[in-house]
Amino acid sequence: MIVKLENINKVYGESGTETSVPALNNVSLTVNEGEYVAIMGPSGSGKSTLMNVIGCLDKPTSGSYFFQDKDVLKLKDKQMSDLRLHSIGFVFQSFYLMNEENAIENVALPLSYAGVPKREREKRAIEALTRVGLADRVKFRPDQLSGGQKQRVAIARAIVNNPKVLLADEPTGALDQKSGAAIMELFQKLNDEGTTIIMITHDSGIASHAKKTYRIVDGCLFHGLEEGSDEKDN
Amino acid sequence: MFENLRLAFRGIWTHKLRSFLTMLGIIIGIAAIIAIVSTIEGTNQRIKENLIGSGSNTVDIQLYQNDWPLDLTYSESPYGIPQVQDSVLDDIRALSEVKSASKYNYRQIYDGVYYQNHSMSGGYVKGVEPDYFSTANLTVKNGRLFTVDEVKNFKKICVVDESIVATLLQNEDPIGKVLEIGGDSYVVVGVVISRSTFEPTINTMEDYETYKQDESGTVYIPISDWPISYRYDEPENVLVRANSTDDMTAAGKKTADILNGTISPTDTSIKYQSKDLLEQAQQLQQLSSSTNSMLIWIAAISLLVGGIGVMNIMLVSVTERTAEIGLKKAIGARKSKIMWQFLTEAAVLTSLGGVLGVASGIGLAQIISIMSGTPVAISWPAAFIAVAFSMVIGIVFGMLPSHQAANLNPIDALRTN
Repeated sequence: MIVKLENINKVYGESGTETSVPALNNVSLTVNEGEYVAIMGPSGSGKSTLMNVIGCLDKPTSGSYFFQDKDVLKLKDKQMSDLRLHSIGFVFQSFYLMNEENAIENVALPLSYAGVPKREREKRAIEALTRVGLADRVKFRPDQLSGGQKQRVAIARAIVNNPKVLLADEPTGALDQKSGAAIMELFQKLNDEGTTIIMITHDSGIASHAKKTYRIVDGCLFHGLEEGSDEKDN
Repeated sequence: MFENLRLAFRGIWTHKLRSFLTMLGIIIGIAAIIAIVSTIEGTNQRIKENLIGSGSNTVDIQLYQNDWPLDLTYSESPYGIPQVQDSVLDDIRALSEVKSASKYNYRQIYDGVYYQNHSMSGGYVKGVEPDYFSTANLTVKNGRLFTVDEVKNFKKICVVDESIVATLLQNEDPIGKVLEIGGDSYVVVGVVISRSTFEPTINTMEDYETYKQDESGTVYIPISDWPISYRYDEPENVLVRANSTDDMTAAGKKTADILNGTISPTDTSIKYQSKDLLEQAQQLQQLSSSTNSMLIWIAAISLLVGGIGVMNIMLVSVTERTAEIGLKKAIGARKSKIMWQFLTEAAVLTSLGGVLGVASGIGLAQIISIMSGTPVAISWPAAFIAVAFSMVIGIVFGMLPSHQAANLNPIDALRTN
């Protein structure tokens, strides 16, 4: 078990006041090593909040969260950063690549924060880029790459540190269908190689690639893709 | 660190124009400071060179009456002041600060030196021993100096400097020409030049008088002829050459003490004093430095304004790069890493400004020098301090933007894209 959320609530604004907005409502979720999980939901359903909590970018208002048996809620800012650096890989809808840097430099960024020497960083960045099928584009800058290739660079950056979990937030949201499908194939390949993947999406087609799917509606998490297909997951 | 430097240079290069405009305040401030400091240094060096003669390290120890050089043109020799004995000169030469010493008599000339129908106005006649020339750092340009025998035998010969050749001798070949000095005829045997270059800066009326005399030239006759052309038993003055510039004050004072130990004047206002030129130079230098230090404060305000400009642009940069900061924090960069990245960028920006400022300052100082004739000396320690100071400005004024960047919430930061 890598991720274990128990009765997580997240309220924006001061709890109990008129301005408070509940984003997550008693959410419990367990993700085991090697799983490929998709969480699907419409805009405003709380899926990004859930991803932020799982990704240790945000702390819940109440509940408990264990990442590899570590009580995340008790971690300090620095420890949260280290956990993200070594154990979690992020893939975002809009890639977040640095335009002035080439693919190797973009991918090697987390390694520099981990204190890996320059040569080693470059070697590992090239390996990661090779894994995502961009061995021939390692010196290209983002503006010289297609959308699908940019997302591959972002994925290479997410996996370069060999994270325990790959968190993807709408990874195909900015891509055409063909590129999106290719990214899904890549995810499948990474999962087959043992990477745990948690993917957030509003697209049921994309979600169907995962081996386990959840729906999030108004901050509540349900099993399965179809409404009523499963019980609330708590 | 190297990674931060690389990112900083890349950031600056990507926004070349903006970076340059941001640096402009620092460039102007540093350039102004360097130009002012160079001018101060140049003026100070010039003052020192002019007053003490570059490298000659000579000090005149003369008889003074109430702080004015004793003029024996129209007055009698003062009572109780004997001539300088060789044993006294030996004592002076034995001083650790003294390299050489020589006695001499002199007159400031208002009349009484002639060549054909030309007369000398201003300048000096000096009665000197053969070793005076080496002590005074004078070298032969033309002809020769006196020999010991010639001095001993009261030969009526003289040596002149270039000013005399140009004025009194009307640029004629001076060797063999006859000058009338104090009613006697002297044959010119040589021309001497000073080894040091001499471009006087007139700061006071006293300077003006001194340089006017110096520029009018000097005629040197053997000291043995002095009683013939001028006066018997006239007390001499002493010229000493110190071992170094720093030894000049001590050499002058100690020589004056030795000489004063040999006299017992009835007029107690008369005594030997060294023309402490080094001290005078220092006083003048202090004066020019204090005037210019106010200008440095004004330039410092420009640096402050430059620093605020840097802070402003860094804040803009943080806002522009919110998403980048968010991503970096999301993938595990600690607050300190983000803070250092922005601090490095600010420090590199202002240090580059400092380097460009130093270069512009040097250029500016040269232009000022050419236009106004003010001497300039580049002070490398000042240049180094200026660059270091601009780096500090970058760090100080980069603090707020860097702190802001480091404390961005990654979720909010990522949401801005």
